[in-house]
Amino acid sequence: MATLAKAQTSAVSKPRQKKRGMSAFERYQTKWGLIFISPWIVGFFAFTLIPILATLVFSFSDYNPVQPDAVKLIGLQNYVNMAKDANVGVSLLVTVRYAGLAIPISLAFGLFLAALVNSERLAGKNFFRTLFYMPYMIPVVAGAVVWAGVMNTQTGWLNRGIEALGVKGPDWLNSTTWIYPALVLIGLWGLGNLMLTLLAGMQGVPNELYEAAKIDWANAWQQFRRITLPMISPVIFYNLTLMVIGAFKYFDLAYVLKNGTGQPGNSTLFYALNLYKNAFTYNLMGYASALAWLLFIIVLILTIIMFSTSGRWVFYAGEGRK
Amino acid sequence: MATRQPVPRADWTRNRGGRRHLTGKQRKILSKLPITIIGVLILVTFLAPLGYMFTTGLKSTEQMSDPGVPFYWPFSRRTFLYEGQELELYKVPAADGVQELAAVKKTRVKTTFIDPNDVTAGLIEWEGNWRTLKPVYYADPQWENFRRVWDELNLPLRFRNTFIIAGFGTLGAVLSSVLVAYGFSRFDFRGKGVLFMILIATIILPVQATLIPTYVLYSRIGWTNTFLPLIIPHFFANAYNVFLLRQYFLQIPREMDEAATIDGANPFRVLVSVILPQSIPAMTAVCLFHFFFAWNDFFLPLVYLVSKPDLWPLSVALQRFNADYGRLPNLIQTGALITLVVPVVVFFVAQRIFMQGIVFTGVEK
Repeated sequence: MATLAKAQTSAVSKPRQKKRGMSAFERYQTKWGLIFISPWIVGFFAFTLIPILATLVFSFSDYNPVQPDAVKLIGLQNYVNMAKDANVGVSLLVTVRYAGLAIPISLAFGLFLAALVNSERLAGKNFFRTLFYMPYMIPVVAGAVVWAGVMNTQTGWLNRGIEALGVKGPDWLNSTTWIYPALVLIGLWGLGNLMLTLLAGMQGVPNELYEAAKIDWANAWQQFRRITLPMISPVIFYNLTLMVIGAFKYFDLAYVLKNGTGQPGNSTLFYALNLYKNAFTYNLMGYASALAWLLFIIVLILTIIMFSTSGRWVFYAGEGRK
Repeated sequence: MATRQPVPRADWTRNRGGRRHLTGKQRKILSKLPITIIGVLILVTFLAPLGYMFTTGLKSTEQMSDPGVPFYWPFSRRTFLYEGQELELYKVPAADGVQELAAVKKTRVKTTFIDPNDVTAGLIEWEGNWRTLKPVYYADPQWENFRRVWDELNLPLRFRNTFIIAGFGTLGAVLSSVLVAYGFSRFDFRGKGVLFMILIATIILPVQATLIPTYVLYSRIGWTNTFLPLIIPHFFANAYNVFLLRQYFLQIPREMDEAATIDGANPFRVLVSVILPQSIPAMTAVCLFHFFFAWNDFFLPLVYLVSKPDLWPLSVALQRFNADYGRLPNLIQTGALITLVVPVVVFFVAQRIFMQGIVFTGVEK
C-alpha cells in the first residue's frame, strides 16, 4: 500500500512518463521484477531454449566431434537411420519394461512406508522416518556398488538370505530376467522422497473424515482406500509424473552396474544410455541429437497425457486449486 | 512422587488419576509393540546392505575368496609361527573337548599337529581327514583397507574436486534462486504467470535434450575438462530452488518490506535486510539440496571430465575404481563407505531442515 501511495505521487509529479496505460507503480514493479528474475531468463535462453533448438538443428546434421569442420546437413537421414536402428527399439522396450515393473512396485512400497511411519501405533516415528529416508542421500554410484556386492552370488548377502529359506537365489545382475527385479530392488533405496511427500499428504488429510468413517464402521483398509488415497492423489500424481519421466532419463545405475555395456544381452540398454553411447562413445552427435529430440517429444507427450487425464482420477479437495 | 510439593489445582486434577494413567501408558506401549516390531524388521532388512558394506569393507582379500569363513564379520585365520613356518590352527576334537591345534603336516588320513600353548608337548597325531576340521578364526577388521583406498582413489584430490564443484555450485544456486524467487514473489508484472509456468515446466526437461549442443559449445570455448560446466549453469537459478524459496517468501508479510520501502530502502535493500534474515531455513534447505545434488551427480561429471582423471569427483572416481578393481570387492565397499559418509553425516546433522524443505516443495505442487 505504502509503495502504491509513494509511486502514485511520483506518477502525478511526472505525468510525461506515463505511457500505454502503465502507471509508474506498474513500471516500477515490472522493472524490478524483471531485474530480479533476469538470471533465470538469461539462463533459460542460454541453457535451455537455444540448446533445445540447436539440438533440433544438430539432428539434421552428421556432426562428429572428431571432425567438427566436416559437418554437413543431411536432412532427415538421422531419423531414417533411427527407424532402422534395432537399438532404438530395444532401448525403448528396456525403458518401458523397467518402468512397468518399477513404478507400481515403488509406488506401493512408498505408500506402505508412508502409512507405516504415519501410524499411531508405531513408536519412535521420527527415528523410522529419518532412517527410511537416509538411503536416498547415498550417492547413486556408492549405492550401486553396495548393491552389486549384496547381489553377488558368491559373497553377497541377498542370496544367503534366500538360501536360508531353502531356495536357490538367482544371478541377479547377469540374468536378462532378474536384472529388472534387481534394478527395482535397488531403486527402493531411493524411495525416501516419495515416502516423505506421501506422508506429508497423509498428514494433511482432515481428521474429521476418518472420524466420520469410524462412525460408519469402516475398517482400516476401507479408510485407506476411500479416504487416504483420494485425498493424497495429487501427491501421487506428482510423483507418478516424475517417475514416468525418470524412467526415460534412467542412466546412472545402468551405467555403474554394468560399466555402460548394456549387458546382460542389452537388457540394461536404457534409452538414455543408448543416447550417451551414440554421442560420446561412437561420436555420432548428429544422430544422438535426433535421439535426444525423440526423447524430448516422448517426455512432452507423456506429460501432456498425464496432465490431461489427471482430472479423471486426481482429486483436488475443494480449494479450487489448479 | 510422594514428596511432591502442593500443586496448583489444574495439575492436581490431572495427577489424581496418576496410577490409572500409568497403566494406561503401559497399555499404550503394549499396543504399539506389534507395528513397531514389524517396523524394526523392515528397517533392518532395508538397511542390511549398509551392514554388508561395513563388514565387507573391513574384510581381508583372503576372506573374500574363502567361502568357509563366516560372512557376517571380518575374520582372519589364526596362525601359529612354528620353526619358521606359519601354521594354520584347526579345531581338533579331543578327549577333553575341542583343542585348537596348529597343523604341521596335513594328509588325507592323518594330520600332525602341535599345540601352540604347549610346544614342549611335542607333535600330536590325529587320525582323520584334516579337511573335515574347522579352521580357527578371529575377528580381524582390516582398518588398513581405508589407507589403501585412500591412496588408490587419491582421496584428498577427490574430496577437493567434489568440494569445489559442490561448494561453488551451491553458492551460485542460492544466490541466483534467491533473486529470482524474490522477483516472482514480490513484484507484479505482465507475463509473470506464464514465465513462472515455463520455469516449473523445465523440471520435466530431460538433460539429454540440451546436452549435445551445450557440450559442443563448451568444448569450443575450452570448458570441457574443467569444472566450469558443472558450476556456471547453477548461477542461473533452477525451478526446484526458486519454487521452494518463492513459497517461503510469500509467507513473509508484505507489510514488513513496505515499511522498509517507506524508509527509503530500494528492493535490493529490502531483500537483504528484510526477506533474507527471515528465510534462513529455506536458504539452508536450498544449500543442502544443491550440495547433495552436486555430491551425488554422476552423469555430467562423466560427460565433461571423463578424459581428465585429475578432476574426477568422488562419484566418477568410485565408478572407475569399481570397474577396474573387480577382483578387490572388499576395497570397493571401503570406497563406497568413504563416498557416502559425508552426505549421510550432513543429512543426519541437518535432517530436520532438509526434510521440511522436501515436504515444502513436494506437496505444495
